[in-house]
Amino acid sequence: MNFPEDLKYTRDHEWARVKGNRVTVGITDFAQDQLGDVVYLELPDVGDAVKKGDAFGVVESTKAVSDLFAPVSGKVVEVNDPLGDAPETINEDPYEEGWMIVVELSDSKDLNELMDAAAYEKFIEEEQE
Amino acid sequence: MTLRTPLHDVHVRSGARMVDFAGWDMPVQYAGLLDEHEAVRSRAGLFDVSHMGEVVFRGPKALEALNRVFTNDLGRVADGQAQYGCLCRDSGGIVDDVVVYRRSAVDLLVCVNAANRTKDFEWLRDHAGGASVTNESDDWAQIALQGPRAAAILARITRTDLAAIKTFRFADGEVASVPCTIARTGYTGEDGFELFCRSDRAVALWDALLEAGKADGLEPAGLGARDTLRLEMAYRLYGSDMDDGTTPLEAGLSWVVKLDKGDFIGRDAMLRQKAGGVPRKLVGFVLTDPGIARHGFDVTRDGQKVGTVTSGTKSPSLKTSIGLAYVPAALAAEGSTFAVDIRGRPAAAQVVKTPFYTRK
Repeated sequence: MNFPEDLKYTRDHEWARVKGNRVTVGITDFAQDQLGDVVYLELPDVGDAVKKGDAFGVVESTKAVSDLFAPVSGKVVEVNDPLGDAPETINEDPYEEGWMIVVELSDSKDLNELMDAAAYEKFIEEEQE
Repeated sequence: MTLRTPLHDVHVRSGARMVDFAGWDMPVQYAGLLDEHEAVRSRAGLFDVSHMGEVVFRGPKALEALNRVFTNDLGRVADGQAQYGCLCRDSGGIVDDVVVYRRSAVDLLVCVNAANRTKDFEWLRDHAGGASVTNESDDWAQIALQGPRAAAILARITRTDLAAIKTFRFADGEVASVPCTIARTGYTGEDGFELFCRSDRAVALWDALLEAGKADGLEPAGLGARDTLRLEMAYRLYGSDMDDGTTPLEAGLSWVVKLDKGDFIGRDAMLRQKAGGVPRKLVGFVLTDPGIARHGFDVTRDGQKVGTVTSGTKSPSLKTSIGLAYVPAALAAEGSTFAVDIRGRPAAAQVVKTPFYTRK
């Protein structure tokens, strides 16, 4: 399983790619593997506010429904609309083509609570035991 | 305690993802649900269904006794033929939906759902009607080979003339030297076979089938694909779409209820229900709004709850969002519309003809 070094991670299995005050958000390789084939997605609209730790959308696989939790608070400035018609992209390429939203960060302190790749990997190992 | 089929170790070793199903540790998927689903629709898939139970009625009264607790009419099928139907309570509530394999009038095998093994056996034993009733569930393994290539694959490793086994017929034979009952039955809507063999021969049979099917793209498949395949056919799933509190008439199974065959348990209740009008019906629907309906979601009309979704998925073959729901009889006709409450959002739905999927 793959956990890129340049990303930050949440305990709910989202990843965050930080560039300045723009944070791109998706779900991890571990999350997509656990979910199985993703078949449906509900994402917010551009302009919506998201709050760290609150659900910003829903991802559904053939067998499970799962909330998506925002890793940071802020305003949604971009949404990966094509994912709606090709949700399998999340399974195929969770870190690049499978990105979900871009949030304009309202408080950079939010970033301090995210894990790096090594910590996340350790976290899922412990969670699986 | 978690129950295991004779093929459990094979699943784990092949890297299948295992889940609990009615107390059984079963493979939910191997390569992936959509991939397995597609394999069954276009080529073939192999399922371990050994968790299903087998109860056998034997003796001079076997046919008559079983017919008294079964809604369909075993008097109308020949030896070597299988028949689908329900076991009902006096109330008409469904104890289980089962397939009966009529080996002869004095020897009939009832294939029951995994979750109902004990319940069904006790129910049938208590209504034995002079027949000998035995629970042989642990003696038998069951492997389902399903898909358009199933017959070609099976023909490579059996001398039994498969063309002579028509749909819902069965015969005894050998597959890869393993003695089996070869039944042309299934739960996917595709052509295919269900093979019953002794539990200790299950691994040999499984391996031989996978090997024989390699060239045709046969894939092992899990319960996840089994569920999406059956739902595309609107085949009911006991415990989700019906239970002891629903009658076959409500569940859309009146085609397997032979009210004119003579007395059987549940008949009076169903005659009364038929005369008084069936209050709710299980219908197939598609969502015309985005979203996926799931078991337990409310069916609403003008904001009021009027029914319940019992099964729902995004159909892998049709790419539409399909489901089954109990709705008032007035909303059961094809074309009727209602809403499904998806986490507080009403999604528009329309009643459609089932099966959702037609075999190619």
